[in-house]
Amino acid sequence: MLMSSYRRTVNYVLVILLFCLASSPAYSRLNIEIFGGGTNRIPIAIVPFADENRLQQRVTEVIAADLYRSGLFRLVDPGSLTPYAPAEVVYGDWTERGADALVIGRTIIMPNGLVEVQFRLMDVAKQAQIAGLATVVPMTQLRAAAHQIADIIYEALTGEVGVFSTRIAYVLKQGNKYALQIADADGFNEHSIIEYTEPIISPAWSPDGSQIAYVSFENKKPVVYVQTLATRQRKAVASFSGSNSAPAWSPDGKKLAVVLSLHGGSQLYLINADGSGLQRLTRSTSIDTEPNFSPDGRHIIFTSDRGGSPQIYRIPVTASESTTAERLTFEGSYNVSPDFNHDGRSFTFIHRHNGRFNVAVQDIATRQMQILTNTQFDESPSFAPNGRMILYATEIGGRGILSAVSRDGQTRQKLSVQTGDIREPAWGPLLRKR
Amino acid sequence: MKKIAGILIIGLLSACAGQTTQPEVDDQSIGGYDSSSDSGADSSAYGSGGTGFYPLNDPNSILSRRSVYFDYDSYSVKGEYREMVIAHAQFLRDNPNAQVILQGNTDDRGSREYNLALGQRRADSVKNIMTLSGARNAQIEAVSFGEEKPRAYGSDESAWSQNRRADIVYRGE
Repeated sequence: MLMSSYRRTVNYVLVILLFCLASSPAYSRLNIEIFGGGTNRIPIAIVPFADENRLQQRVTEVIAADLYRSGLFRLVDPGSLTPYAPAEVVYGDWTERGADALVIGRTIIMPNGLVEVQFRLMDVAKQAQIAGLATVVPMTQLRAAAHQIADIIYEALTGEVGVFSTRIAYVLKQGNKYALQIADADGFNEHSIIEYTEPIISPAWSPDGSQIAYVSFENKKPVVYVQTLATRQRKAVASFSGSNSAPAWSPDGKKLAVVLSLHGGSQLYLINADGSGLQRLTRSTSIDTEPNFSPDGRHIIFTSDRGGSPQIYRIPVTASESTTAERLTFEGSYNVSPDFNHDGRSFTFIHRHNGRFNVAVQDIATRQMQILTNTQFDESPSFAPNGRMILYATEIGGRGILSAVSRDGQTRQKLSVQTGDIREPAWGPLLRKR
Repeated sequence: MKKIAGILIIGLLSACAGQTTQPEVDDQSIGGYDSSSDSGADSSAYGSGGTGFYPLNDPNSILSRRSVYFDYDSYSVKGEYREMVIAHAQFLRDNPNAQVILQGNTDDRGSREYNLALGQRRADSVKNIMTLSGARNAQIEAVSFGEEKPRAYGSDESAWSQNRRADIVYRGE
């Protein structure tokens, strides 16, 4: 059946050893555990690709881990069967093992050191290929190639876009050191983009994934920075008198919504991504914070206590200061940290109930709310770009960890580090144009 | 076996770690202000550097008191702190070159950004009393640390009450 967890663990150890031996700058301190999983998982057999044992990274291992982690697939053990090409597939064998889908392929180390990876996804019932790819990558990009293949398989079998090639950002606190880190969605290739001995909060990916906005306290007060990942250059885009925080990108990447105390209180403003063109968006005597753009760029949802308790409201981006905000949440006395699903039809947020802070989802049209977690202190939920999972911060045994829950609440993942707290996660965008 | 292998993984991962990162920085710090101490109340640097504001550190002076504590979910300055806040306002009025930063703080329950806004409200409350009592607007910057810089760690009321606070910090201290 499944690759045993023992074997998987040993494989991870091998992978990590290889990373160390190759003294690659890529390393990972994130440990991932998976819980639950839907009842109708797709049974899929993944045959180790021809000659992949000679590679620094076995490609099918990464593909299998990706698919398994999604909670939508059940891995079928291929046993001693090793077809590498369609002509070598005996479909009866796979029907017998209960596999609906079969993944086969080859790897070829080319004379110039590059690796050609060929893969085919076969429909066992129809006895036909339903997807495939041949790609040539450097040895160091084998994980990326595997994520790309997993995305193709995921999309072919579920009809949804795969997010295995995306990245996440989060803040790691160790002692008095804060690091804003970026990792692949599976926790590998983790690295710091900035480290300080003062807090960092609220990272937000630009829509094209090339920049991250965040709030740093390095100047003894909250200031909003935008940092370009490729060059590491950064700029303080909101550093006005008072506090500057809660950056959110407009979908076209041209503007940020920010929260400033410039004119007293905490109010929403729009500013160009280069820090020019400040424009006030709300004018209230209440707290207005945690703005988040709708995917069509026309609305902003945000947290406000204008009704007496913190609730989620919506305003048009073109709001004049007299525009009345529409209240969206009504259940309970504490609903905060809204983040739109990428289809614009729902949003996730934190809902307090009986002293617990949990991840919830609310449908925009029906206003129906669903609580997805039962932990104690959840924070900062953010949707995966395909809307399937929600990444959030929570606490276990007094330590901050990241967790992800499927939008139906069925599957959960836990990402932790051995020492330190991880918090403030943000799931990065899809980088391929669909 | 799984658990042991898990610990092994973490050990290996740590072995791989070690690289740290500093970005190129093109921002400036604000006005030479150095808060080597977040708790202004027991700072003793002020006055020793010839800045001439000795009463700020005189333990017998009300000006040596720098922290305003708040009730849960509240940002109103309680009566017991008003005399102290007003004394600082009068000091600012009498020393036009003196400047303060008011740093609002909260306990760690709930959203970080919402707590940042709650801390701002506490700093703003203190600022309002100061400006009504003779300090000039330009002498005061109200900022928030939210829940990010707790004075007391812990998940009980004694820790939380320490962190529901606004500190008065003079620039140059």
